[in-house]
Amino acid sequence: MTNNLRVKSSKFIDETYKISFKFNNKNYYGYKGDTLASALLANGIHLIGRSFKYHRPRGIMTAGSEEPNAIVQIHKNTSRTEPNVRATEIEIYEGLEASSQNCWPSVNFDIGGINNFLSPVLPAGFYYKTFMWPASFWKKYEYFIRKSAGLGKSPTEPDPDIYEHKYIHCDVLIIGAGISGIIAAKTSAKNGFKTLLLDEKPYLGGSTIYQNSEHFKINNQISSSWIEKEINEIKKIDNLEIKTRTSVAAFHSYNFLLARENLTDHLPLHQRDGKVRHRLLKIRAKKVISATGSLERPLVFDNNDRPGILLSSAIEKYSNLFGVACGQKNVLFTNNDSAYETAISLFQKGINIEAIIDNRENVDSKLVKEIEKNNIKIYKGYTVVNTFGYKRINKISIMQLSKDGQKVVGSKISIDCDCLGMSGGWTPAVHLFTQSGGKLKFRDDDQVFIPDTYPSDQISIGSCNGEFTLDEILSSISKKLKDFLNIKKTEYENLEILSHFNKTKRNIWLLPSDKIIGKTKPFVDYQNDATAKDIKLALREGFRSIEHVKRYTTTGMGTDQGKLGNMHALGIISETAGSKMGELGTTTFRPPYTPLTFGTIVGRNVGEYFDVSRKTPIHDWHVENKAKFENVGQWKRAWFYPKENEGMHEAVQRESKAARDSAGILDASTLGKIDIQGTDASEFLNRVYTNAWSKLAIGKCRYGLMLNEDGMVYDDGVTTRLDENHYIMTTTTGGAATVLSKLEDYLQTEWPELDVYLTSVTDHYATISVCGPNSKKIISKVIPNLDLSDEKFPHMSFKNTKIDKVKCRVMRISFTGEQSYEINVQANYGKSVWDKCMQAGKEFNITPYGTETMHLLRAEKGFIIVGQDTDATMTPIDLQMDWIVSKKKYDFIGKRSLYRSDTIRDDRKQLIGLVTENPKEVLEEGAQIVLDANKSPVEMLGHVTSSYYSPNLEKSIALGVVKGGKNMMGQKLIIPMENKQINVTVTDPVFLDKENKRLNA
Amino acid sequence: MFVINCPYCGQREQSEFKAGGEAHIVRPKQPTELSDDQWAEYLFMRKNIKGIQFERWVHSHGCRKWFNMVRDTSNDEIKAIYKMGEKPPVK
Repeated sequence: MTNNLRVKSSKFIDETYKISFKFNNKNYYGYKGDTLASALLANGIHLIGRSFKYHRPRGIMTAGSEEPNAIVQIHKNTSRTEPNVRATEIEIYEGLEASSQNCWPSVNFDIGGINNFLSPVLPAGFYYKTFMWPASFWKKYEYFIRKSAGLGKSPTEPDPDIYEHKYIHCDVLIIGAGISGIIAAKTSAKNGFKTLLLDEKPYLGGSTIYQNSEHFKINNQISSSWIEKEINEIKKIDNLEIKTRTSVAAFHSYNFLLARENLTDHLPLHQRDGKVRHRLLKIRAKKVISATGSLERPLVFDNNDRPGILLSSAIEKYSNLFGVACGQKNVLFTNNDSAYETAISLFQKGINIEAIIDNRENVDSKLVKEIEKNNIKIYKGYTVVNTFGYKRINKISIMQLSKDGQKVVGSKISIDCDCLGMSGGWTPAVHLFTQSGGKLKFRDDDQVFIPDTYPSDQISIGSCNGEFTLDEILSSISKKLKDFLNIKKTEYENLEILSHFNKTKRNIWLLPSDKIIGKTKPFVDYQNDATAKDIKLALREGFRSIEHVKRYTTTGMGTDQGKLGNMHALGIISETAGSKMGELGTTTFRPPYTPLTFGTIVGRNVGEYFDVSRKTPIHDWHVENKAKFENVGQWKRAWFYPKENEGMHEAVQRESKAARDSAGILDASTLGKIDIQGTDASEFLNRVYTNAWSKLAIGKCRYGLMLNEDGMVYDDGVTTRLDENHYIMTTTTGGAATVLSKLEDYLQTEWPELDVYLTSVTDHYATISVCGPNSKKIISKVIPNLDLSDEKFPHMSFKNTKIDKVKCRVMRISFTGEQSYEINVQANYGKSVWDKCMQAGKEFNITPYGTETMHLLRAEKGFIIVGQDTDATMTPIDLQMDWIVSKKKYDFIGKRSLYRSDTIRDDRKQLIGLVTENPKEVLEEGAQIVLDANKSPVEMLGHVTSSYYSPNLEKSIALGVVKGGKNMMGQKLIIPMENKQINVTVTDPVFLDKENKRLNA
Repeated sequence: MFVINCPYCGQREQSEFKAGGEAHIVRPKQPTELSDDQWAEYLFMRKNIKGIQFERWVHSHGCRKWFNMVRDTSNDEIKAIYKMGEKPPVK
């Protein structure tokens, strides 16, 4: 293949720098500066892919990020392959491999193309309507629908590229570096504002940079030369940062924006190693100037989607910027002056134009006259009614429009062509403005939505504000910038402007045809194959809201978010339903403006950096001793310590037995610890716990249960009175932060009169729990000076003491039901105290145990775990813990809720124990509990919350919640499993040592 | 993402804060005197206004102080911020 469609060389293309690439496995070449789209067009290739629903051949339509059709899969490699990349945005590089999507076996011969001929039976809502019945068949339908849905292929392996996030703060952010953006950036920066200018393209200057016509001049210079000079100047300004290839994805409230800076996608593959691929910029700007430009509208007529049909402005860009002719027999179809700009550009480059079809009847602008002067045929008051050619347009037929534009009249004229440019006028790119919360207004004159009210310190300037012509932009920009930036003058006050653009336009949303609409395919959303016919059908079926029509027809729901077609959809709805465009509103534009890769969103937060992990001071010992870990919140907790060939079950059985037979040791450092001080500390505890605290003696510990105001159990733990006005509260590992927040909330907002101070000391202390019949002997070896006699140091008390010279607090409290000591020591000494305990316990076979054994041991004793046996619907009464709810206290958090009509119901789910008929059978946690599995519908009584095989009782035990369970002792119930039913009996939740003899054994 | 002017720390990103629901709901002094309906009113009933709303916020990743905010929920404009215990500004 030769580049036979290159016309006069362009200064934006470096023809000395050849780049080869592959498209659908064939080799091509282009030049540095080409996009994949321009390089393919230069090679005479228009057919890029197949459409989503009908598999119609589709080509390149645009030259920018709004492209709906020319989306390709790039890279073959399974970890880097990327679907839905716009060929119009890919800058070609050595090694580029791209291929068509949504076609099989190939883009030239696609089996799915049959859908095009089936289209009469594939109307809007086809899937909703067809696959509803019978409901049980959905599973079968789904398999096939999923297979044929979606465009392109996702990578199947982790992304090897590097991404990062960066925060940027600036005074003025300017989005878009077209003529308005360049002027704004220079003005802002020259007035001392820290300014950031972003543009999604690799070059600055927008469309003005290739505006090479005598009809558009600034201060007597052709506009492209004028802006080139401006660009050279702004590059030298210190406080102006310019980022190209940077697409603003989201514009949130308070001028917070997200932008994707593309750093390596344009580089040859071998130059990318080790470099950051995309950078997500998180920008907070004091002021934002949107200069996002506008998008040319297509025209909606029968078969307006064939390869070779492009936007007129895209044809101009390919010719002027890339030096590529899109066709050799070009026809332009327009309702405004823009196509004449294109025609003049093509003419200058010597590209042949067959004819111009203009909807307007009377047009005599300078641009039109120049075309006429050059003997190019203009059909005024005509419209295209059909196009021909399957994989590339080869002919159009046109007819005259009636006076009212509703019908076509006269006879058909055929024109041969290989490229059709369409121009339906311009749509301001207000997407980011509306994302930020801005409200639009509709301008009837030229049928556009433009910014109306701004929600933050921002303005829109240039064509995104509905100023489409050079003179409109330049005559108003100076005053706008002065007002917005609060400055006295700009250098753009008295520009001499020449602009021959005539603003008249004949807007017809759906162009008439000689055929009835049912026989035509006028596409509105190209990517999702939604036609004007589908929209009209939706309205006939009763849809009225634009948001509903959008979802029913999928108009605007492709990866391009309907950048081209949304306005036509609105126009057709408003015409058909007889409502005003302005009242109809638009659909919501959501971020991102153009798609972001997941890598960009995630940045560096991958793998171990996905979340913070917290480790105890004894963590390294657990690792050395081969512990398996479990995540509890952000904590890494030792789960169990398997020996040699042990699995989890064997390890836990061994650890549990050892703790009850001799001694076990647990790293409990993760438990939340809150230091409470102040003269009202006791009163405060009285108000937050269900039980009474005023009479707790100094040096004593007490278990407390904390409720939410709705009466449901929130957290639990042991609190110790260290001194008259000093307590240390322990919370559950997962609840530490939320408990502290909740307590602070009450202190600051409900009871500010209380003299209480809360400090989180979770990380300051290591907590080592030694339990079992030999625990006393071990502790006496570690702390010989401490009197451990039951009289001096009874259960539920604490001592301040020292290990060597290190101060520590020892609490005699138990979560296992065994005699047990908890040593709290400053975190730095945690590991050495742990080692001492291990050393001292060696003769007693002291066994380190993890969270799983801890759970098993406490379940034997029927102790609850908040969050496992409770789920924010359990009151202490439901948990059979009435004993801990003070009857005497006037008030505490949640008290009033304990006798609401709902909380006093007898049939609430209540905590009970469960034993299986077969003592070897261990229940599954979460399993349903029923009385009669044969009754239909089966009544769910509750579920299993904790379940273990107890090595100490040599049987399976479980805790569960069952409706009215308190009064069901001895009741036989059933646990229905997938392939069996398990018989269980309701018991007391305390399975072991009901008399608590072991605490003092 | 708002910028919130913490009355103790100054302007900070919203990510440092947590919202705490409707403001100026006082916990009854004598809950036991209340009927189920009155208690339910305190416990469950919250306004969800499109427009001016009085809210509690806490600078959870900063000074940990609670404060009040008047916010227009229709456009997220923060109208006023004032400390706990202070009177709400007149509408």
